[in-house]
Amino acid sequence: MSEDEFDIIIDPNRRRSNFRKDLWNYRGLFYFLSWRDILVRYKQTVLGVLWSIIRPLMTIFVFTIIFGRLAKLPSDGVPYLLLVSAGMIPWQFFANSFTEASNSLIANATMLSKVYFPRIIIPVSSVVVSFIDLLISFAIMIGIYIWYQFVPDWHLIFLPLFILQAIFVSMGLGFLVSALNVRYRDFRYIVPFIVQFGLYISPVGFKTSVVTGDLKYLYALNPMVGVIDGFRWSLLGGNFSLDKSTFAISLIMSVIIFIIGFNYFRKVERNFADII
Amino acid sequence: MSVVIRVENLTKKYILRHEAGHSYVALRDVISGSVKRAIKKEKTRVTKEEFYALNDVSFELKKGERVGVIGRNGAGKSTLLKVLSRITEPTTGRVSLKGRVASLLEVGTGFHPELTGRENIFLNGSILGMRKQEIRRKFDEIVDFAEVEKFLDTPVKRYSSGMYVRLAFAVAAHLEPEILIVDEVLAVGDAEFQKKCLGKMNDVSKSDGRTVIFVSHNMGAINALCSSAILLDKGRIKANGNTEMITGMYFGGGFAEEGEFIVGKAGNHEKVIIEKAILRNDKGTALNNFQFGESISVEVELNSLEEFEKPYLWLGIKNGRGPVTAATAMVDGFRPDKFVKGKNIVKCTFLNAPLMPGQYSINMGIRASDGLTLITESKDVAIFSISTVLSEVGLNGGLADTLASDTVSPVIPYEWEFEGNKKYKFDIKNYVK
Repeated sequence: MSEDEFDIIIDPNRRRSNFRKDLWNYRGLFYFLSWRDILVRYKQTVLGVLWSIIRPLMTIFVFTIIFGRLAKLPSDGVPYLLLVSAGMIPWQFFANSFTEASNSLIANATMLSKVYFPRIIIPVSSVVVSFIDLLISFAIMIGIYIWYQFVPDWHLIFLPLFILQAIFVSMGLGFLVSALNVRYRDFRYIVPFIVQFGLYISPVGFKTSVVTGDLKYLYALNPMVGVIDGFRWSLLGGNFSLDKSTFAISLIMSVIIFIIGFNYFRKVERNFADII
Repeated sequence: MSVVIRVENLTKKYILRHEAGHSYVALRDVISGSVKRAIKKEKTRVTKEEFYALNDVSFELKKGERVGVIGRNGAGKSTLLKVLSRITEPTTGRVSLKGRVASLLEVGTGFHPELTGRENIFLNGSILGMRKQEIRRKFDEIVDFAEVEKFLDTPVKRYSSGMYVRLAFAVAAHLEPEILIVDEVLAVGDAEFQKKCLGKMNDVSKSDGRTVIFVSHNMGAINALCSSAILLDKGRIKANGNTEMITGMYFGGGFAEEGEFIVGKAGNHEKVIIEKAILRNDKGTALNNFQFGESISVEVELNSLEEFEKPYLWLGIKNGRGPVTAATAMVDGFRPDKFVKGKNIVKCTFLNAPLMPGQYSINMGIRASDGLTLITESKDVAIFSISTVLSEVGLNGGLADTLASDTVSPVIPYEWEFEGNKKYKFDIKNYVK
């Protein structure tokens, strides 16, 4: 019998991967894992899904007071609250999905060591869960629009592209760190640090234009700079101009992070069951 | 029938690090280790030991075959299943699989305690590789099998452990893969449910022509379900073939140097328990390795739960191809007067057994005085090998050592003649010391 008649060949030397076919066959698992996490998330809580709104809302208020009222940073005539919300929403999405994705493999360790399925489904589905939160948090944005009687313009139709960029960044870093976490549990401690630190070095509480000169190119290496700028540009209309060069740098960084994360994940995933 | 699983020279090597007390490495150790090494220029003290969980394992399975994998703890059974299920990758070697593969290495993988029975059926089904429509179609059947209708909308954390296991197995039992890989999952659950599960697995493989690989320590289950068996020992295939013979080897204690085999209770309905079997040579030494033409005596210790008048006994020798010879009371008419309640010892010697080199097992059974009622089933009680070098007894064929036990065991005296050639005479008397 020729080997072509077999559907699956397991051979460490010659990788004949059914990666795409497997992903398609296991598409239901994306749905069910995300669905499980969403269902479980707010079980035995009183406020339930309201937490998806309360948490970012509190941070938005605090940031508005610190950066707008106390530090009196410029906002180009836009209410500071609007400025902060447009930055906080993508940041919260990144922080949640990156944190969840990083821990996802360890949290599902028994599944990894007992069942076969494309491993990448696990971190991806935790990003999907945070994506649902992102959609819910747009309710905040709408509320603030109504409060300030602000009407966004045609820039808004480009928002999905920036959401996509945010997904790329969180998945890329999520793949990388979740895979590293399997071997080095230190990342359990590194991740909260990155998230906390990142909140202050990303332009969440202030405009990117606060950073000037050549420093801004260095600053743009942070992919979230591009994401947040993009969100502000599309959510707040013509009040913000998008700095094309810094945005390009951020965008390229996002893609690089995704490629590195994805490739690293694919390279080490076959050892997960042995070392987790 | 077509081959659906082909395993070629499969090896899985683990490297054991003796320094690390943790199951995982901390980044600190990696960094500090390399810094230390850079400064002191000393070689790392970490002792690494290679461990072969699987070592050059090869076999083939045809469509519809049901094979049992047995062996002691640490023999490599679970590793084999993990490699076949693509959970872990082999170090070398290759596996070819045809068709959808589903593996059940644990019941209830991915079950979430906070979710209800209904939700977990969908979740677990999709983790095991079922499509949504497939789960929906089988939903009622699953619920029925698990007997949890009333608790479908209760979180499984409130289930009794029995209900939990039933539900989990029910989902897996309704998978429809071409190849089903099952680890020791039947060890959980009560006897009634185990029986039901075995029945289900039997139906699945027999009626639908599915290939099943089944790991268990329960030889009864293996005997009932499997058409053949593989005995693993220290990562290698020790024996491969007929289920009863292989489980017999396992029962016999396997590979002890001495010829003493603890057998013990096999079922709940046995009235006579075969406690122990001892193999001895004609000097009375207990051993499990004999020479061609040596007398092999089998001493069996029986624990009879009641008295039996004039029972029938038989003791047979088998190899991988089946029965070789037997001493059968139904044929020879020898009958013990009475089994007393408690300990009874029966001894039978195969005189100058003309057995070719190879592995053999001994099976036995007992019937009541009517000759029909089975007191204890025929089962394997001991194994032994014959290790004579054939050329030393005048058998010089090129393939003698590989073929002899399968084709000419036992061998009786015979003579070849061909015009113009010298006669060839094989006579045991010439070789037996």
